[in-house]
Amino acid sequence: MVSTAPPAAVDAVRGRRSTAPPRRRRGGRWTPLWLLLPAAAVMLPLFAYPLYQLGLLSVLDFGQEQVSGGVPTRYVGLDNYRTLLASPKFWDVLVQTVVFAAGCVGATLLVGGLLAVLMTRVWAAVRVVLSFSALAAWAAPAMTGSTVWMFLFDTNLGLVNHALGLGPHNWTYGKLSAFALVGAVVVWHSFPFVMITLYAGMQSVPGEVLEAATLDGASALTAFRRVTLPLLRPLVTIVVIQSVIWDFKVFTQVYVMTGGGGIAGQNLVLNVYAYEQAFAASDYSLGAAIGVVMSLVLLVLTVVYVRALHRRDGRL
Amino acid sequence: MTRAAWRAAANLTGLAVAAVVVFPIYWMVLSALKPSGEIQAADPLPWTGHPTLDHFRSALGVSGFARYFANSAIVASVVVVASALIAFLAAVALTRFQFRFRTVLLVMFLVAQMVPVEALTIPLFFLIRDLGRVAPMAGLNTLGSLMLVHLAFSLPFAIWMLRGFVAAVPESVLEAARIDGASQSGVLWRILFPLAAPGIAATSVFSFITSWNDFVFAKTFIIGTEHQTLPAALLVFFKPDENDWGGIMAASTLMTLPVLVFFVLVQRRLVAGLGGAVKD
Repeated sequence: MVSTAPPAAVDAVRGRRSTAPPRRRRGGRWTPLWLLLPAAAVMLPLFAYPLYQLGLLSVLDFGQEQVSGGVPTRYVGLDNYRTLLASPKFWDVLVQTVVFAAGCVGATLLVGGLLAVLMTRVWAAVRVVLSFSALAAWAAPAMTGSTVWMFLFDTNLGLVNHALGLGPHNWTYGKLSAFALVGAVVVWHSFPFVMITLYAGMQSVPGEVLEAATLDGASALTAFRRVTLPLLRPLVTIVVIQSVIWDFKVFTQVYVMTGGGGIAGQNLVLNVYAYEQAFAASDYSLGAAIGVVMSLVLLVLTVVYVRALHRRDGRL
Repeated sequence: MTRAAWRAAANLTGLAVAAVVVFPIYWMVLSALKPSGEIQAADPLPWTGHPTLDHFRSALGVSGFARYFANSAIVASVVVVASALIAFLAAVALTRFQFRFRTVLLVMFLVAQMVPVEALTIPLFFLIRDLGRVAPMAGLNTLGSLMLVHLAFSLPFAIWMLRGFVAAVPESVLEAARIDGASQSGVLWRILFPLAAPGIAATSVFSFITSWNDFVFAKTFIIGTEHQTLPAALLVFFKPDENDWGGIMAASTLMTLPVLVFFVLVQRRLVAGLGGAVKD
């Protein structure tokens, strides 16, 4: 979660170079190949090959018997996918993954966006305090974020139950309250990226443009809606898609806080479902098929993302 | 309301939000320092008059978190150094040369960041198991397996991010070095590398976090306690019914602190980088 940082940060720096990269002539045309070789030596066997294996596993019958070596591996075509599509559980998990991710994205953008606007309205000292507290939430590992929030919401010793006078209320027992709790942690972890990116974007809107709007009689609100927002649109697109991709892949928080998917799997999301199918139920091929479905969804989102980036600066 | 009143309200809201956001971190550190009696108390206090390092001592000693901390640190250090070197070379290839599949490669590195890595644990588990038969240093239950996998998953982002920093070095500087007789590798390591160093440092923070925070690979590959790393060990520590919250909070604090320090160190560059996003 925290680990993947904002490509926007990168584009920023990159964007400063407007001319085409200069090509080197000396050293021969094999040089880029040599420079890329170490990266290829790591990524082909440890990234590309497993990706291919994931696809391969999903069309095999590969469970505990095959792992132990007793039973030969069998090609079953699309059987695993048929099983999935016919399984009500899969559809439940798919739907709740989408709803959960959408809820997290909406809340993250709302909180991050509002706070970005707030940051433009406060004293510098308050802004620094706000940025540093957000930075702390951003930096907290998903694992420790989960443990701290679980302690805060603990049934018996949690501060929240005590402060609200709820008695021994179990927040992870109900499906909705468990999702809400996990969602709160996800938003806490991810709103700082949105807040800081959008704030930085607002800062870079030229002052004279806003001044011109005000001179023309626009109120602060109109100036914001008609000038700042349109200028921010490409950045907002990137932030939205980045958030969608992150929140669709949430794993650690769900796995840790609901103990691997909640009571009777009521809080499963696709990622955790795939993992549990493979490593808890030893149905590796079905787990792989879920992973493939997930990758395909993310691929579509990525294509949208790349197009958004492309629209912004025309070339990569 | 007047302008000044609005401004005051905004400032107060800002401070209140900051307090709420940072509160879980404060509560974590506070609970790690509270004596057990105060954690068990029916009436939790938002401060403590008797701070103690008992929880840290027991987490590091009895529960073996010193070992897990060392394991995490070893893996993360190797990943950071290897990732910085490999990503730097790749970034040079992608920014300072024009070749046929350059754009295709760039898009692939971007797409690689979107892959759900948790799903890849399934094939990787078998790959690492088989690898262990030929290279025992990198099989299941070794720190080597984690180094390899963390490296592979930190590279796409590291390359993508470093690209900008390498491209920002003016070609004229490199040309001057060449005219002065610097060799190809001299330009690479003596000119380009130091000039891109601030960017490499910023990128390294993210490689560090990828490795330091990884939970799923450590949980899947490492079975015993000897080679376990912090996140997965924390989960083992976690017993739903008889939680030693003081210990868990102490361990969580130990795990959070290094990341927090790195983030604060790099935050200027991070925000500065983000700032240019619209401007250009």
